[in-house]
Amino acid sequence: MTAAAANPAELAIDVTGITKRFGQKTVVNAIDLQVRRGEIYGFLGPNGSGKTTFIRMLCGLLTPDGGQGTCLGFDVLKQQAEIKRQVGYMTQKFSYYEDLSLRENLDFIARIYDVPDRATAVQRSLDRLGLANRSTQLAGQLSGGWKQRLALAACLIHSPKLLLLDEPTAGVDPKARREFWEEIHQLAADGLTVLITTHYMDEAERCHRLAYLAYGNLLARGTLPEVLAGAQLTTWVVAGPGLRELAAALKKLDGVEQVVAFGTTLHVSGRDPQKIEAAIAAVRDPRHEWKQIRSGLEDVFISLMDTAKDNFA
Amino acid sequence: MPRFTFHRLWAIVLKEFIQMKRDRVTFAMMVGIPLMQLMLFGFAINSDPKHLPAAVRAADQGPFARTLVAALRNSDYFTLTREAPTEAEADRLLKLGDVQFVINIPEDFSRQLLRGERPTVLIEADATDPAATGPALSAVRAIASTVLSRDLTGPNARLRGADGPVDFQVHAHYNPENITQYNVVPGLMGVVLTMTMVVITALAITRERERGTMENLLATPVRPFEVMVGKILPYIVVGYIQVSLILLAARFIFGVPMVGNLALVYAVALLFIACNLAMGITFSSLAQNQLQAVQMAFFFFLPSILLSGFMFPFRGMPEWAQWVGSCLPNTHFLRIVRGILLKGNGLAEIAPELWPLALFLIIAMTIGVKRYRQTLD
Repeated sequence: MTAAAANPAELAIDVTGITKRFGQKTVVNAIDLQVRRGEIYGFLGPNGSGKTTFIRMLCGLLTPDGGQGTCLGFDVLKQQAEIKRQVGYMTQKFSYYEDLSLRENLDFIARIYDVPDRATAVQRSLDRLGLANRSTQLAGQLSGGWKQRLALAACLIHSPKLLLLDEPTAGVDPKARREFWEEIHQLAADGLTVLITTHYMDEAERCHRLAYLAYGNLLARGTLPEVLAGAQLTTWVVAGPGLRELAAALKKLDGVEQVVAFGTTLHVSGRDPQKIEAAIAAVRDPRHEWKQIRSGLEDVFISLMDTAKDNFA
Repeated sequence: MPRFTFHRLWAIVLKEFIQMKRDRVTFAMMVGIPLMQLMLFGFAINSDPKHLPAAVRAADQGPFARTLVAALRNSDYFTLTREAPTEAEADRLLKLGDVQFVINIPEDFSRQLLRGERPTVLIEADATDPAATGPALSAVRAIASTVLSRDLTGPNARLRGADGPVDFQVHAHYNPENITQYNVVPGLMGVVLTMTMVVITALAITRERERGTMENLLATPVRPFEVMVGKILPYIVVGYIQVSLILLAARFIFGVPMVGNLALVYAVALLFIACNLAMGITFSSLAQNQLQAVQMAFFFFLPSILLSGFMFPFRGMPEWAQWVGSCLPNTHFLRIVRGILLKGNGLAEIAPELWPLALFLIIAMTIGVKRYRQTLD
């Protein structure tokens, strides 16, 4: 079953043809996206691919130049005020008040959203994220990981139905990242819909569904196996001596689309299995050990990006 | 210890120039502020004010009286705008600030003059600003002796006398001792409020944008009007503290007389503070960064100090400068505060200065709310 065929009431985000232009440049080009309620939807793509712009349009910070659709059942073009009330948006850059304490920041946000029983809500939010004993510390004095936890706590305080997270884990250490993802999965299990952008492949693999965006275009979407299968990429791995020379030789051959070094091995990928086998045969050396592997998400994404660049160059 | 090198120094110099070039507003201000100062100090400011509005109350229509009135009319110092028929009318004109002087020519001026009795001409002056009245008052004696001496020919020539043919009595209203502080200290209230209120609020929204907290605020349901007023209210309190401090200092340190109703000063101060805050918020929504916001505030502050009548007599400025000054809230607030404190003006007398303040507030607030972008578009 595809997302488009799902019951509309089950869709937290349902938009078609969303477009945004800045001057002559089309930053987001006719994107269709359906996200089910309670789903963690990963949004991937190179820097400047339009992810942030797209998220800003969903939460009413930017007005789309084209397209239509709903977010939590509200019209993204007309009912921005209603959407803002039920969405939690975590910006890429820390955007709470550094000269306010943790509690003051949370209290401010809770007042803006008119959260009922505010004092309890703030305390619960501090407790749940393990910030209770730091509540009087100024937000500006926090380390990156703690700032991220504060930002998450703040955008959850009004119990939103949709969470939009723009690169929430950039610059956060692996342990904090893992804890963050556990929290996200817990929230999704409780029914919250999460749209998250990331550059980390391991994080992409933790999403229920993915979309890959490059140069404003949506190039692939679906579950992880769907995205991998959809790319129809063949990848070989080679180990042995003289890999640098081998990589240079391979890059010149027809059918070899990417040659990427992974530690002491090379990943060689292409979309045409025959051509790539022919290429390998041409550089075959008994000292090298060749093996076909399942293409990884990163191989797929780099391939998608290169294809997109060809189309838009 | 690394040695000084020119290429490193040059790298910094080049980088500074590139950054200067990128920040267009700052660059414009670097050119704009000196130009503005040049215009203000070079053309607008005149410490020897001319064409001061005056009313004449001539009880005598004789030839000498008419000569004197004509001479005053022809002089640069006075513009005879009114005929004041009664004493009460003359008082009212002075109190409203419509005229700076009322010149009273007594009933039998010409006859007394011919008899050599040195008739007394009473000049009532609005002396709240001693700088504005001083030069004109010294000019009046000279003008009178010159023209009357010309008329007093033949046998009457003896009437010219050593002290001049006419005795001038000056009655300096509101500030009889010509104490500059009486004028400056109440005026300072407007200047201090303009400076702090505009600068503080000019930074208010720009700071949010610069620190990235604006994006967050925009993503919440908060309305532009709520943000604006929410940012203005706390500073109204600050403004009132400043007003109180200045009033206390005026009373107990400078001994400024307080003839009028202080409650009225506080009430009008609210309107004036709101004007400045709205202006600051508007700058704030126009500026890209905090430096630009401060520069814009300064750009507003400079004419507010120089063209408002605070530092230099308002009526001494050329018409265009008076016109610019009339657009500034400080000009009207100064007149109101001086009027209330020194002249004991009430609501009726200050009304003509109130509506420009209200108009300014509405315009500044509208621009501010319009310019405050609810989205990032």
